[in-house]
Amino acid sequence: MGKVVVVTSGKGGVGKTTSSAALGAALAQNGEKVVVVDFDVGLRNLDLVMGAERRVVYDLVNVIQGEAKLSQALIRDKRLETLYLLPASQTRDKDNLTPEGVEKVIAALQSAFDWVICDSPAGIERGATLAMRHADIAIVVTNPEVSSVRDSDRIIGLLDSKTLKAENGERMEKHLLLTRYDPIRAERGDMLKVDDVLEILSIPLMGIIPESADVLRASNVGSPVTLADNRSAPALAYFDAARRLKGEALPITIPGEKRSFLGKIFGRKAA
Amino acid sequence: MNDVLTESRPIRLKGRSFLALALTPELPLEDWLTRLDDLASRSAGFFLRRPVVLDVEGLDIDRSQLRELVDQLGKRNVRIMGIEGARQSLLGADLPPAMNDGRPAADYEAKMAEQAERAAEAPETATQAVITAEPLAAKATPSIVVTQPVRSGQSLFFPEGDVTIVGSVASGAEVVAGGSIHIYGALRGRAMAGTTGNASARIFCRKLEAELIAIDGFYKTADEMEPNLRGKAVQIWLDGEALKAGTLG
Repeated sequence: MGKVVVVTSGKGGVGKTTSSAALGAALAQNGEKVVVVDFDVGLRNLDLVMGAERRVVYDLVNVIQGEAKLSQALIRDKRLETLYLLPASQTRDKDNLTPEGVEKVIAALQSAFDWVICDSPAGIERGATLAMRHADIAIVVTNPEVSSVRDSDRIIGLLDSKTLKAENGERMEKHLLLTRYDPIRAERGDMLKVDDVLEILSIPLMGIIPESADVLRASNVGSPVTLADNRSAPALAYFDAARRLKGEALPITIPGEKRSFLGKIFGRKAA
Repeated sequence: MNDVLTESRPIRLKGRSFLALALTPELPLEDWLTRLDDLASRSAGFFLRRPVVLDVEGLDIDRSQLRELVDQLGKRNVRIMGIEGARQSLLGADLPPAMNDGRPAADYEAKMAEQAERAAEAPETATQAVITAEPLAAKATPSIVVTQPVRSGQSLFFPEGDVTIVGSVASGAEVVAGGSIHIYGALRGRAMAGTTGNASARIFCRKLEAELIAIDGFYKTADEMEPNLRGKAVQIWLDGEALKAGTLG
């Protein structure tokens, strides 16, 4: 059985889709079989970021409504053999996602893939709650600024109450992915500090992705940043995050700081 | 102008618990309304001036049907003060507000003039329309301990007594307690203690960054709190009608 991961945030524009694609490609480069599922029905973007927009024939809604088979809707990445995309529908809206349909699709994907990465839409409505519903692991994407942090906090509350795991009394594994971190602005005090974000959200940190033109460049050419330029700073940060997702304990460095703050990370008890 | 701003006569916000009748409609609604009419005809004015909550948990109806139901009940002089168990999408400004965290209590039976005779001939008839009342459970535990952070958007409501939180209360979260509130972490959201009229309740927190604090209805917003207490371990209590705060330890 593969692991179901939801990439979520509450707030829009923080980097959910970029992170879903980058982590998916990073895992697939290690030979893991990965599918990235776009739950943003009506506002799909993952196909663009993964450079598959011209190859979309059937989508998630078609599969849920029985108009296409899952195998017809899955798109295999041209660069990585083990990376697949299940696109969202652009013409429908989120009401077309049914709890039963999503459950069936996730169960089918879980039996065929090592990782099912669900790219959640922004917000806390139907699309977002269905994307997180069947997850084993949640990646909470947060920017170091107050509104993003508060929205993430709200999402963590929902992860702990509205998911199947929570309803069964189990604990959802949650990881914080801090994105768009700008060392220069952090130094000037224009952004929240890493420690402040961790103190507020009190979930373990899985990576800090530096703000970088490489990310924008990669999405514009339709390539996950971990494929476009795998030596760039954001790509390296995503590779490390992917290893932590698999359970490796790696020290985390704050971009722009030489000193590892491993001690602090391990000293922190995740609530 | 300054005098007006520093005038310490804040508006009082109080929590209060009331007994409301909860009506649980069943599908098909027409049949259910017929049974309700039957009950009303045997007990005239039963619903008059009583607060009624509509419990639609698990009821498969859409928004227009819910509106229609509320209208139908209105025609029968049943005034719905709130709706329990409805999806957010079902409700709107034109419908009564959502209610939650209701506590179950013993079934409440309609008192009817001829109830005794009817009960003698057909014991079932009296219980056909199920009407449950939901008062506060009187024998609840006097305190609760929460070992997780209270997240933004979450509301922790405990009118029976004290609340202890081992963790932080996030911005946009709220804790409402009948007794005192103890927070072993940062208080960034709202804390309202002594809401059932307990003026001796206090609020304790390890780090004060609250949006709002209140005891027995007297409240202060972040702007009104002394800036030197911000970020400190603080206790807050009520002295007469003034909220006082002091650092701990």
